[in-house]
Amino acid sequence: MITPQRYWREIPQRYRLEAGKCRRCGYVAFPPRLICPRCKNREFEMIKLKDEGKIVSYTIIRVPPEQFSDQAPYAIGIIELDNEVKILAQIVDCNFDDIAIGKRAEIELRKIRTEGEEGIICYGYKGVLIEYD
Amino acid sequence: MREVAVVGIGMGKWGELWKKSLRDIFVEAALAAIDDAGVERIDSMYIGSMSSGLFVGQEHIASLLADYLGAVPIPSARVESACASGGLALRQGFIDVASGMNDIVLVGGVEKMTDVGAGEATFALGTAADQEYECYQGVTFPGLYALIAKAHMHQYGTTREQMALVAVKNHRNGSKNSAAQYPFEITVDDVLKSTLVADPLRLLDCSPITDGAAVAILCPVDLARELKKDPVIKIIGSGQATDFIALHSKDDITWLTATAKAAERAYKMAEKKPEDIDFVEVHDCFTIAEICVTEALGFFEKGQGGKAVERGLTSLEGKIPVNTSGGLKSKGHPVGATGVAQAVEVVKQLREEADERQVKKARIGMTQNMGGTGGSALVHIFEKV
Amino acid sequence: MAGIVGYGAYIPRYRIKVEEIAKVWGADAPSYKKGLMLEEKSVPSPDEDTVTIAVEAAKNALQRADIDPGEIGAVYVGSESHPYAVKPSGTIVAEAVGATPDCHCADFEFACKAGTEAMYICYGLVKAGEIKFGLAVGADTSQGAPGDALEYSASAGGAAFILGREKVVAEVEATYSFMSDTPDFWRREYQYYPQHGGRFTGEQAYFKHIQGAARGILEKTKSQPKDFRYVIFHQPNGKFPLNVGKMLGFTREQIEPGLLVPKIGNTYSGSSPLGLTAALDAARPGERIFLVSFGSGAGSDAFIFQVTERINEVRDKAPKTREMIDRKKFYVDYGTYAKFRGKILKA
Repeated sequence: MITPQRYWREIPQRYRLEAGKCRRCGYVAFPPRLICPRCKNREFEMIKLKDEGKIVSYTIIRVPPEQFSDQAPYAIGIIELDNEVKILAQIVDCNFDDIAIGKRAEIELRKIRTEGEEGIICYGYKGVLIEYD
Repeated sequence: MREVAVVGIGMGKWGELWKKSLRDIFVEAALAAIDDAGVERIDSMYIGSMSSGLFVGQEHIASLLADYLGAVPIPSARVESACASGGLALRQGFIDVASGMNDIVLVGGVEKMTDVGAGEATFALGTAADQEYECYQGVTFPGLYALIAKAHMHQYGTTREQMALVAVKNHRNGSKNSAAQYPFEITVDDVLKSTLVADPLRLLDCSPITDGAAVAILCPVDLARELKKDPVIKIIGSGQATDFIALHSKDDITWLTATAKAAERAYKMAEKKPEDIDFVEVHDCFTIAEICVTEALGFFEKGQGGKAVERGLTSLEGKIPVNTSGGLKSKGHPVGATGVAQAVEVVKQLREEADERQVKKARIGMTQNMGGTGGSALVHIFEKV
Repeated sequence: MAGIVGYGAYIPRYRIKVEEIAKVWGADAPSYKKGLMLEEKSVPSPDEDTVTIAVEAAKNALQRADIDPGEIGAVYVGSESHPYAVKPSGTIVAEAVGATPDCHCADFEFACKAGTEAMYICYGLVKAGEIKFGLAVGADTSQGAPGDALEYSASAGGAAFILGREKVVAEVEATYSFMSDTPDFWRREYQYYPQHGGRFTGEQAYFKHIQGAARGILEKTKSQPKDFRYVIFHQPNGKFPLNVGKMLGFTREQIEPGLLVPKIGNTYSGSSPLGLTAALDAARPGERIFLVSFGSGAGSDAFIFQVTERINEVRDKAPKTREMIDRKKFYVDYGTYAKFRGKILKA
C-alpha cells in the first residue's frame, strides 16, 4: 500500500538517487537527512549517488509481499555503490546463478510495482549485472 | 534505584487461538500472573504489542486492557518496538519499580495475529523495516534475514546445516514445553527439505505466526520477601539500545550492534560477564538470528556462532543453553508477547520449575529481544538469590 | 546550425524466437522468417515499460551530449504504449533526467512515427531559438494480438535524441512531412490490441507515405539517392525497408547498417529512431544520413542529417546500438512471454 503523496515525495531519490553528503565528515545519507548520524552536523550538500557498485549480499524472494505476487521469484540484494553507500534493490535481467557476492551491478530505472489495476505506477531503482561471465 | 524482583508469571498455550480475542488472551495470562504472584493489587501496567492496530484494528490498548483486567483507573501504557515490544514493556516496568514511582507493576505482551490473512500479517510485520527504502523495493523479513545469512556464510563459512541445527535444537527444547505452539521435534532433513522462502532460508528456518500473551509481575525485592517468595528472582541488569532501521545502513550487516550495546549496558549494571550467564533466551525470529545474537551477546567470537551450535555448545546440556523454552521457532512468536515470554522462561528455570528442560544449577539467566533486523534491542539479566 | 547533440538507445535483454510463437499457433516458422525477414524480437521484462526504456535511452543520449540536463527546455516522449492513458510519460522522463521544473513537456502519439514527431518538434523549437536543448524520445512496448501476424514482430525498445545548436554531431539539413487520413492500423479506446487492414497497410499506407516524404525531401534539397551513406526507413519487418528503398533508388548497402528489425523486431516508435542511432554509431564526419519514418493513420517524417567532426568524440561515450542488441540475452518460451506481456487472463 502506498499513496501518491508518499511515492511522489521520494521521487528525487527513486529516480535520481539524490543524497546528502555531510559537509563536515563526508557521511553520505541516502535518503537525505537533517542531521548527520556520525558527527551530528546539520549542513549537507546535495549529491547524486554513483550508478554502479558491487553486490554485498543477495537473496531470492520466493514468498513475496502481496503487491509483488506476480513477480516472484525475484532476486534482491544490498549493493554498495561506488561512493560507499549501500542500497537495497532488486537485481534483474539475469539467471539467479549469475549473481554472486562481489559482482558489479549498475542501476537502472524500472517499474517497482503498480497499485492494482487502477492505482499509480511506482518506479524506482534496480540493479543489473555488468558482467555475466 | 531500588532492587527489582519478578514475583509472578503467567502464560497460556500459544498457537492459532481462534476462539480467543486479543483482550481474552491478555487477561487470561495477566490473571494467571497475578494469582502466581499472590498480590492483591497492581499499581501500573505496561503492555508490549507491535501492531494491534493493523492486526485487529484496535489502538488504545492501554485503556482496553486495563479496562478488561478490571484494573482501571491505574496508569497503563502500551509500548512498541516492533518485535522487541515485550522486552521494552519489561524494561519500562523495571524502571517504574526501580525508580520508586510504583511498587507492584504488571508487564505484559500480547499479539493476536490470526484475525487477518497471511498477506495482511506479512504487511504488518513488514512495518518493522524501512517502508520507503526496504519494503518499497519488494523485500520481506525472511528476505532481510536471508541477506544476513548469505553474508554470514560468505564471511565466516557458516553452513546451511548449522542454521538448521538451531531449529532442530529449539524444537527439541520446545517439545518439552506444554505452552509451545509446535511442541514436537524436527530433523535437519526436515529443515533442508522445507519450502524455500528466501534463499537460503526455508520455512523451518522461520518463526511462525502465533496468537499469545505473556505476563510478569514486578515489585521491589523487599516486597518480594514480604510475600515469602523463595527463591527471590531479581532483575540485576537491564540494557536497551538502537541501531539504524535499514539493514543496508549498517557497516557490517552480519553484526547486531544494538544487541551488543544493550548487552554491554546490562552486563555493566549487573556487574556480570558473558561467562557468568548460565542460560539465555534469545530472539530466534530466524535461525541465522540466533547465531548472530549469541555472538553479539559475547558468548562466542564474531562469526563462530554457527560452529558453536554444531558443537552442541548451545544445547540444553551445553556450555550455554540457548532457548530452553523452544525459542520463537518452536514456542511461537506473537510479536509483542515474545519479550515477556522470555522472562517467564527465565523465571521458571530459576525456580527450577522447567520440568524436562531444566538447566542444572541455573542461577543467572538472560533474555535478549530485538526488533526488525536489530534496529532495537533489549537485554535483561536475572539472578536468583 | 541545429541538429543532434546526443543520441542513445535502449533495447531490453529478453527475446522470443519466431519459431517459439509459430509453434503455439501452428504456423510455418520458416516461411514467416523468410517472408518477414525476421528471426526474433525483443520482449520487455515485466518491470520495463515505455517510460523505463525512454529513461535509459535518454540517459545514454545525455552521456553523449555532455550537457547540463537543467538546460533542456523541452522533453517529448512519442509512443503508442504510454503506460498511463492519462498522465504523461514525459514528466517521468523529465524528472528522471533532471530537466524539471523549467521545461516544456508533452507526450506524442502517431502509431510508429511518434518518435520522429518528437524529434521534429524539438528541432523546430531549437531552430526558432525558443529552447537551447530539447530531448526527443521514441519508445514502445508494443503488443500484437495472440495469433495475429503482428505478434511475431511487435517488440520493445527506444531511442532518444538531444537536439540543440551547440556541440552538434549531426546537423539537420532538412525535414519534410507527408500525411493523409488513411485508416490502415488503429486501436479503439478500451481495446487491448490494435486492428489492421492486412494488405491494405502496404501500398496505400507504408509505401505511399514513405515515398511521398522521401521524394519531397529529395526535391526540396535537390539531392539524389546516391548522396547518402546511410538510409533508414521505418522497419515493420525486414522486407518493407528494402522494397521501398529499391523503389526510391537506394541500395541494400545503404539500408543494411540501420536495419535492426531482423534481430529485435518492430519497436514501433523506436523503430526508425533506433536505426538512426545505429547509423550514427557507424557514421564518419561529412557523411549524410537519410531517414524516413512511417506511422499508420498515416504519415511519414523525413530528415536529412550531415554528420560533423564531433561524432568521433561522442560515439563511444555510451553503449553502441548493435553492441546493445548483441549483449547477453535471455530467450523465453511462449508461456513466459505471455506472462511478461500480461496476455494471461486471471479471472
